[in-house]
Amino acid sequence: MTYLYALVGAGMFGCAIILILSRNMVRMLLGLSLLATGTNMLLFLAGRIRSQQPPIIEEGVRTLGESADPITQAMILTAIVIGFALTVMLAVLVLRAWRTQGTVDARDGDAAETLGPPRERDPVDA
Amino acid sequence: MPDALLLIAPVLVPFFGAALAMMLRGRPVLARAVGVATTGVLAVASFALLWRAATWSGLPLTVFGGWPRGFGISFSASWPGVMLVAVTALIAVAAAIYAIGDIGTRRRRAGYDALMLAMLGAVNGAFLTDDLFNLYVWFELALVAALGLLTIDRRPSQIDGAIRYASFAMLAATAILLGVGMIYGITGTLDIREAGAALAGRPPGFALAVASALLLAGLALKAGLAPFHLWLPASYHTAPTTVASVFAGLLTKMGFYALLLVFVALFGIASGSLAAAQLTPVFGLIAAVTMIVCALGALAQTDMRRLLAYHVIAQVGYMAVGLALASRDGVAASVFYMVHSIIVQANLFLGIGLIRRASGSWDLSGAGGMVRREPLFALVFAVPVLSLAGIPPFSGFWAKLIVIRESLDAGMGWLGAIGIVAGLLTIVSMAILWSDACWKDPRRPLHRIPRTGVAAMALLSAATIAIGLLPQWLWTVAQLSARALTGTP
Repeated sequence: MTYLYALVGAGMFGCAIILILSRNMVRMLLGLSLLATGTNMLLFLAGRIRSQQPPIIEEGVRTLGESADPITQAMILTAIVIGFALTVMLAVLVLRAWRTQGTVDARDGDAAETLGPPRERDPVDA
Repeated sequence: MPDALLLIAPVLVPFFGAALAMMLRGRPVLARAVGVATTGVLAVASFALLWRAATWSGLPLTVFGGWPRGFGISFSASWPGVMLVAVTALIAVAAAIYAIGDIGTRRRRAGYDALMLAMLGAVNGAFLTDDLFNLYVWFELALVAALGLLTIDRRPSQIDGAIRYASFAMLAATAILLGVGMIYGITGTLDIREAGAALAGRPPGFALAVASALLLAGLALKAGLAPFHLWLPASYHTAPTTVASVFAGLLTKMGFYALLLVFVALFGIASGSLAAAQLTPVFGLIAAVTMIVCALGALAQTDMRRLLAYHVIAQVGYMAVGLALASRDGVAASVFYMVHSIIVQANLFLGIGLIRRASGSWDLSGAGGMVRREPLFALVFAVPVLSLAGIPPFSGFWAKLIVIRESLDAGMGWLGAIGIVAGLLTIVSMAILWSDACWKDPRRPLHRIPRTGVAAMALLSAATIAIGLLPQWLWTVAQLSARALTGTP
C-alpha cells in the first residue's frame, strides 16, 4: 500500500513538472496546482498508512488506541487551503496578463524585462 | 500571561491593524492613520520583547492550546528571532515614514496599508515560531501579501514580475512542505528543537538526504541564493519603492533565517553531526557562486533597482559563508551579517527611490547633481553605500571582517578570498552608484524630494552608524543567537 501511494505521488510529480516546464502559463498554473496535490499525497504517507480508525477518544477511555495520525491530516487540510489560495492568486495574475497583453505565452510576457533603461515614465503616485 | 501576550504581540498587532485598515481602505487618510499607528505599536511591542528577552534568564515559550511541547504549535522568544523582530519593527517604522511621501491615495485605496501590515505580521511569525509546519504557513502568508503589494499599481510590468515571483515562490514552498512532511515522517514531531534532538544521534539515511535536499532547494530559492536567484532581479524592480525596500530588507533574510534554523537547529550542521560533513562543501560552493556572480551582475546594470537587486543576493552569499563554515562562530557571523544587511539594503532602496523622484529616471545615466541640490540626502545616502561597500567604521566593515576572519579560522581561506574579491567588486559598484547619483552634473533640473523620505533614511542610517560604532553589542547578540541555534550553553 505504501509503495502504491509513493508511486502515485511520484507520477503526480512527474506530470506536474512537465506541465510547469510548459511555456503556456495556464499549463504552468495547473502544474503548480498538481504539484501541491502530490505533496499532500506524500504528507499523508509521512503519517504512515495505519489503522483506518479516526483519532477520536471514546468516552470513559483516557488513551487513544489504534488510530490514524491526526497531525498529518491537520497539515494536509491546512496545505489544501493554502494551495488553493495561491492557485487562485496566480490564476488572477495570469488572467490579468491575458487581458492586458492578450497572451498566455511566457515568451511574450517580457514587460518586466524591457522596463528600465533608457527612460521609464511610470506615474509617481504621491 | 502578559509575557505570552508580549510574545505574540509582534504577530497579533499587525494582523489586527491589517483587518482594520482593510475595512477603512475606502478612506485613505484613515487607513494611513491606522497603518502609522499600528506600526508604532508594533515597534513598541517588538522592542519591549527584545528588552524582555535580553533581561530574562530563561527563554519564554508559549505552546498554543495548552498542549505539551512537541504536539502544539509553539512560539519562543529565542535569540536570533527576537533581534530580527526588533529589526523588522525598525524597517516598518522607516517604511511608514517614507510611505507618507511615496504611497499616495490611489495605492492606499488599493489596500497598501493592510497588505503591508499583513506581510510584517507574517514575517514576525516566521521569526518567532518553533514549529516547522507553522514556518511554512508564515512563508505562504508573507507571499500572498507580497504579491498583493507587488501588483498594487496593476501595471503590466508588475503583473509580469509577480507571475515570475509567484511561480518560483510556489515551487519553493512546495519543496519546503515536502521536506517538512518527510522530517515529520522520520522524527514524528514538527517542533524544530524536538526534531533536532531526535535527529542528533541518527546516521544520515536516504529519507533524511532527500528531506535536506528539498529543504535546501526551497529555502535557498526563498533566500535568493545562486543558482535559484534569477527570479529576484526579474521581479523586485517592478514594485513601488517603499515595497521594494521592505522586500529587499526582509523577505530574502526571512528565507535565510529559515535556512539557518533548519540546517543549524534541525540538522545540527554546526555541532559536528554526520550530515554536516556532506553538506558543508555544498554550502561553500553556493556561497562562493552567489557572491561572485551577483557582484558581477550588479556591475553590468545601469538601472538602479536591478543593480541593488543583485547586491541583495550577493549579500545573502556572504551570510551563507557563515553557514558553510559549520561552526558556532560561523553561525554568529551569519546572524551579524543578516542584521546589518537588512538595515542597509532597505535604506539603499529608499535612497534610489528619492534619486528617481529628483531626476525622473531609474537609470544611472539620467541621475546626478544630488550633492548640490540635496546635500543632506547625499550625506545620509552615503552611509548605506559605504556600509555595503564595507568601508570602516560602518556596519558592513565589521560584518565582512567577521565573515572573512571566521573563514580563515575555519581553514576555508579560499571562501574568504572570494569574499574579498566580491567585496572589491561591490566597492566599485557602490562608488559608481554614489558618484553618478550625487556628484555628476544632472542632465535636467532636479525636482524636490520629500523631507519624510530623507527622515526615514536618516533613521536607518543612524542604526547603521550605531552598529558600526558599537559592533561588540551586536556581536554579543550574534553569539547568543549561535548558542541558541546550536543548542549549546
